Amino acid sequence: MIKAKNNPQSFHKSQIKYHLILIPISFVMLLPIIFIFSQAFKPMDELYLYPPRFLVRKPTLDNFFELFRMTQGSSIPISRYLINSILTAIATVILTIIISVLAGYGLSKKKFKSKNIIFSLNNLALMFVPTAVIIPRYLIIQKMGLIDTFWINILSLLAMPIGVFLIKQFIDQIPDALIEAAYIDGASDLNIIFNIVIPLLKPAIATVGILAFQAAWNSAEASIYYINNENLKTFAFYVTNLTALTGNTVAGQGIAAAASLIMFVPNLILFIFMQSKVMNTMAHSGLK
Amino acid sequence: MNKKNHWLILSPYLILFFAFILLPIFVAIFLSFTYFNTIQPPKIIGFQNYITLLTRDEIFMQKVLPNTIKFSLIVGPGGYMLSFILAWLIAQLPKIPRTIYALILYSPSLTAGVTMSVLWRVLFNGDQQGYLNALLLSLGLIDKPVQWLQSPDHLLTIMIIVSLWSSMGVGFLAMLAGILNIDESLYEAAYIDGLKNRFQEIIYITIPAMKPQMLFGAVMSIVYTFTSAGIGVALSGTNPTPQYAGQLIVNHIEDYGFLRYEMGYASAVSVALLIIIYIFSRISWKLFGE
Repeated sequence: MIKAKNNPQSFHKSQIKYHLILIPISFVMLLPIIFIFSQAFKPMDELYLYPPRFLVRKPTLDNFFELFRMTQGSSIPISRYLINSILTAIATVILTIIISVLAGYGLSKKKFKSKNIIFSLNNLALMFVPTAVIIPRYLIIQKMGLIDTFWINILSLLAMPIGVFLIKQFIDQIPDALIEAAYIDGASDLNIIFNIVIPLLKPAIATVGILAFQAAWNSAEASIYYINNENLKTFAFYVTNLTALTGNTVAGQGIAAAASLIMFVPNLILFIFMQSKVMNTMAHSGLK
Repeated sequence: MNKKNHWLILSPYLILFFAFILLPIFVAIFLSFTYFNTIQPPKIIGFQNYITLLTRDEIFMQKVLPNTIKFSLIVGPGGYMLSFILAWLIAQLPKIPRTIYALILYSPSLTAGVTMSVLWRVLFNGDQQGYLNALLLSLGLIDKPVQWLQSPDHLLTIMIIVSLWSSMGVGFLAMLAGILNIDESLYEAAYIDGLKNRFQEIIYITIPAMKPQMLFGAVMSIVYTFTSAGIGVALSGTNPTPQYAGQLIVNHIEDYGFLRYEMGYASAVSVALLIIIYIFSRISWKLFGE
């Protein structure tokens, strides 16, 4: 009889065949990422080399210095874009977590008539693709007077159906009895959320935080469509533009790679540290 | 106990949900029945935009729609199946190698499509300095550099490859978690009942036992397919893409909305896109819903 071997505890030689498939695939997946790292640290002469060489031989930080020097002549320094991105990301993460926890708690533990309708609507909105309705969104944001405000960088990202979904599913695992006991002791909803729910909810909060960070850090949309004032635009927008300006020249490739690396590394580090929490949350991600 | 405060708790989310998700959809539906050039107020013209879309927009019918169907059928189900297969493969390994593989496979989805296009543009550069060209030239497979990103023959294929590369996202993690959480006794019972091999195991036990994660994965892959649609413009550097080779519905909306200022028409295209996304999701719910 063959036995199922999902999630084995230790190495067995039957696993070699899986490694034989996975190693080449992983290599292909990693190549472009190795390439950004390599390209970002290449000195000028290696960028101009023909035939081009994939890996860097003598790494240098020149591309990063060059990236920061580029904006010196213009009125807006690159640090401005970076600060905008950092502020946007921090505010988006914090506010998304608060809003999603409140909504997830309401949808999981409160009893009211329209609850199921709201949750189904939210499940449907998991499929929301903002670029599909970019024009009406623009008109609404214009009507609200949010064009050319810093807030629009953040506001348009806060309604995150997937965040509410994941948190609601996670709170469903918390026994109702625990919440009811607290009610009987006279705790208010906010008390319960802060003292009982949030401590148990850490993995889900970390996951939603990462997703919100990724959305905010990678987003150039608000800067492209809703903001004309250069002072308020984000780093993702700057990198997108940089590509158009310099990405086609050989010297520009190193600078563009350095900028892409700054975009990529924070996402990667956050995920590496939080991956066990993310997987824990994903265990409850089933959609019925 | 205060009974009504669920509305208070839900209100921040509901307000944002309404303003940035529901309302845009309603406005798109309304505008799709108007002529609106952003200067004069919208003028109701009935189904005219839809009639134009179906009968007179040659670019939409000949380029945009076929491109979108090809792109989404390969990237959507293709990326989805790839996610499941890879998730299943790494679930067969102990924790440490599994975590390393999961990290490697997930990492491309952490790169923002638009910024990563810098690197793809270097790899697929049209002159002999381009990495792919240099490689193929040195192997003698081509005798002059190929304009990968400017040529209508290659752009869509490259868009598909790049999108598949980064498609191992949240859906992949959900499926991995789903496979790992299946109760071992299910498999044991099935083998006693006559299950013969691992392929049967996947079809009869693994997939049915993780239907909810399969559905979540399907929904995520639909979203990914349509949000990654901007990649063609990012790779080629122009909207419209060269000879409309990589033009997808999302690019068509931007083209009409922000370059030609025909907001009513662009909204009709948006509604068409929303309907397409909805149909895809209905199919997924039919397949994996309970």
